[in-house]
Amino acid sequence: MLLALPILLPLLTAIVLHLLPQRSRLLRLVAFAGSLFVLGTAAFIFVRVQQTGILVLQVGSWPAPFGITLVADLFSALMIVMVSVIGVAVTASSFAGVDPRREALGYHSLIQVVLMGVAGAFLTGDIFNLYVWFEVLLIGSFVLMSLHRTRAQLRAAFTYVGLNLLASAFLLTAIGLLYGQAGTLNLADLARAWPERRTPGLDAALSMLFLTAFGIKAGLFPLFFWLPASYHTPPAAVGALLAGLLTKVGVYAMIRVFTLLFPDPDASVYRVLLVLSAITMVVGLIGALAQRDFRRVLSFNLVGHIGFTTVGLALWSPAALGGSILYVLHHMLVISTLFLVSGLFLRQRRTTDLNALGGLYRSQPAVACLALIPLFSLAGVPPLSGFVAKVGVITPMLVGGQYLLAAVTLCVSLLTVLSMARLWDEAFWKPAPVASSASALHSRLALPILAPIVFLVGLTLALTVFAGPVSTLTMRAAGQLLDRNTYIRAILGEEVPRAAR
Amino acid sequence: MELLLAVVAGVLYAAGLYLMLRRRLAQLIIGLSLLSNGSNILILSAAGVTRAKPPLITEGHPLEQFADPVPQSLILTAIVIGFGVLAFSLVLAHRVHQSTGSDDIDTIGRDRA
Repeated sequence: MLLALPILLPLLTAIVLHLLPQRSRLLRLVAFAGSLFVLGTAAFIFVRVQQTGILVLQVGSWPAPFGITLVADLFSALMIVMVSVIGVAVTASSFAGVDPRREALGYHSLIQVVLMGVAGAFLTGDIFNLYVWFEVLLIGSFVLMSLHRTRAQLRAAFTYVGLNLLASAFLLTAIGLLYGQAGTLNLADLARAWPERRTPGLDAALSMLFLTAFGIKAGLFPLFFWLPASYHTPPAAVGALLAGLLTKVGVYAMIRVFTLLFPDPDASVYRVLLVLSAITMVVGLIGALAQRDFRRVLSFNLVGHIGFTTVGLALWSPAALGGSILYVLHHMLVISTLFLVSGLFLRQRRTTDLNALGGLYRSQPAVACLALIPLFSLAGVPPLSGFVAKVGVITPMLVGGQYLLAAVTLCVSLLTVLSMARLWDEAFWKPAPVASSASALHSRLALPILAPIVFLVGLTLALTVFAGPVSTLTMRAAGQLLDRNTYIRAILGEEVPRAAR
Repeated sequence: MELLLAVVAGVLYAAGLYLMLRRRLAQLIIGLSLLSNGSNILILSAAGVTRAKPPLITEGHPLEQFADPVPQSLILTAIVIGFGVLAFSLVLAHRVHQSTGSDDIDTIGRDRA
């Protein structure tokens, strides 16, 4: 039952939000309370997984290969905790005010639907169920994206919808072919049956189909173009939710499916993934340097840093995978914080165009210093969490003799420093442009809009202070991912009948 | 039969992808729905098309006589999801057309993009 709670609680909250009288203060409180509950259960699941190992729930008591299974191993549990943390921050940020038209159209319950879909994708142990959760979170995010009606936003929403549906079609194709050959959909059963039944041709085709489907969702080169075209248009809180979670769901699904179904480290798909990750880093950061809008710079940085998170899977060693998981955790926190920071500009200046920003350090030095932490954490400046995560990613490359890759990664990190320093300089440090009125300049930022940012920045700092224990944890999670037999045994038991075909 | 289904699935995929590359939103939506229909047929044919009894298992019959119900339930789920998504994208396209008077992806949002 425990494992179903991160899925059921947001669903319940979403339903209650629809039934309640539509008074915005009440809705915000209920949504926030719901997210707090989810955070509580997520923390409990995490503690239990750490104590007792992999947790399994057979939904409806159907035994494993026949029913749908929910599984939480260490990687899932870590991701669930992160999702609920970002859920709390995003729902809390609505106290600072939401566009009333959006609120009337079900803004709060849509956020809960997205959170439910993400939690489901992280917990499911069934590949078709993974597809269903993808669709749930996509529909939620589609509606969140297109609630507004300016032309740029509609165009962005269409790009986003079209490409994500294309990815879903690829995923469905791959699942259909996989079922045709293996005769089961349970991930653990597939992990056991597929290596016996696979044929080399089908194996290569399937791995490429999965790579394309998850690559579009994660935002890998050359499939990322929907992301910077759409993430800068929705309000800051929605941007934080989507940027923090959606691409990471793609990365998670990629790591989960590939470690279970394609356990051959020499397969050509990993060489392709390695090259694509490196190109993603370079292209993303060069794109970021060319942008003149705070949120577009962030979007391109998001793309570039996805490369850091997939490179560990391509290298296929516990250390590299652990480094990538640490990077995913760090990046989820920091990129959500930065999208929330962009909300400050929207509140004060009604724009995130860097040409119109500036002078914030003069008017509000404390806020500027607060924003400095996530910016430089993303850049990887020591001792912040980005530095720790980058060490975790790059050290295994050096140990494994991948010097060229390490050099590329380090150069990309340097570009990130440049991009982040420019961002801070343009948005906070430089004198305010003459055009902005004095009244807008001196309007104070209220506590509700700052509190979620302070919360997330605090967690980034905690990730920095407790870097040792956390990286041990991610190493253990990576070890669990690569040890397929434990996963299979935890779900199917020692002696189970093979799925009938 | 399987060959025929495979050809149909292939044609649907090709037509769907071709339409998705067009600039008009209506064509993009038709392409998407063709693509999802193609993948449904693909699931059906990949899981094997056989002449068998419906999977209401009774005592005394060997299991081989019954059809596999899973692909059909997968397709059913996929059809439902595809229908919802299709409805959503039609509404979105309608709203785009209302607010811009165009369904050409290049002219929408040109003022700001």
